[in-house]
Amino acid sequence: MSASVDSYFGMHEAALRLRAARAETIASNLANADTPNYQARDIDFKALMSEYQGTAGGASLRTTNSRHLNTTGDLGNPEAMYRVPNQPAVDGNTVDSQTEKAAFMENALQYQATLRFIDGQIKTLRSAIRGD
Amino acid sequence: MSMFKIFDVAGSAMSAQSTRLNVTASNLANANSVSSSIDQTYRARQPVFAAMLNDESGQSGMGEAVGVQVRGIVESQAPLQTQYAPDHPMADENGYIHMPNVNVVEEMANMISSSRSYQTNVEVVNTAKQLMMRTLTMGQ
Repeated sequence: MSASVDSYFGMHEAALRLRAARAETIASNLANADTPNYQARDIDFKALMSEYQGTAGGASLRTTNSRHLNTTGDLGNPEAMYRVPNQPAVDGNTVDSQTEKAAFMENALQYQATLRFIDGQIKTLRSAIRGD
Repeated sequence: MSMFKIFDVAGSAMSAQSTRLNVTASNLANANSVSSSIDQTYRARQPVFAAMLNDESGQSGMGEAVGVQVRGIVESQAPLQTQYAPDHPMADENGYIHMPNVNVVEEMANMISSSRSYQTNVEVVNTAKQLMMRTLTMGQ
């Protein structure tokens, strides 16, 4: 087990932050479902997570030049990307309510799953401390 | 916790949609309000929605929530309906009455659309609240 409680949760802590950010982005899409010229956005969770794992895991890259990419395991501030519309609207809005609702519910479930993982880790830690 | 912003965003959307519903109700209520002069005739109103973007570039990074605002309410410039009804008590000296340019079918569609959007945002708030509650009781 890791020495610090902060790193104990590992990727789940980062995943929870990403899930919360994604929930916010999709909530913005749903809120602007009737706003003209609004472009729906989303976060590429998989890409961001693998980026995090590549940098936070033991095998981080050695930087020998100041122009090398930062590999300190930080999520940084990745840009939300625009969704590719499958039904263009006359007013320039690219929100598909049904897709967004499904994505929001999916994200909420995954958020709860991540919470469960962290919950389990806390329980493990607690039983280790108590020793019962 | 960035999730608190969801309440602001969904709240702004609910407020905008209820404004839209109000305007629709006003249009439907006045769909048959005849008058004897063009200037006094009711004209259909429509709210104008706009996204509340944070920075001037219009691009936002991860997790930057974008709410909705009602920019204003515009009156429709569609031609009014004029009807020849000399027996009508509101008829002008030539025997014409002027009726509003409210399209009832369009307004009904608007009403359904805004009520559905409102419902969606209520669901979003409920889900976000549930997630926050779960997060608060984490490790208990």
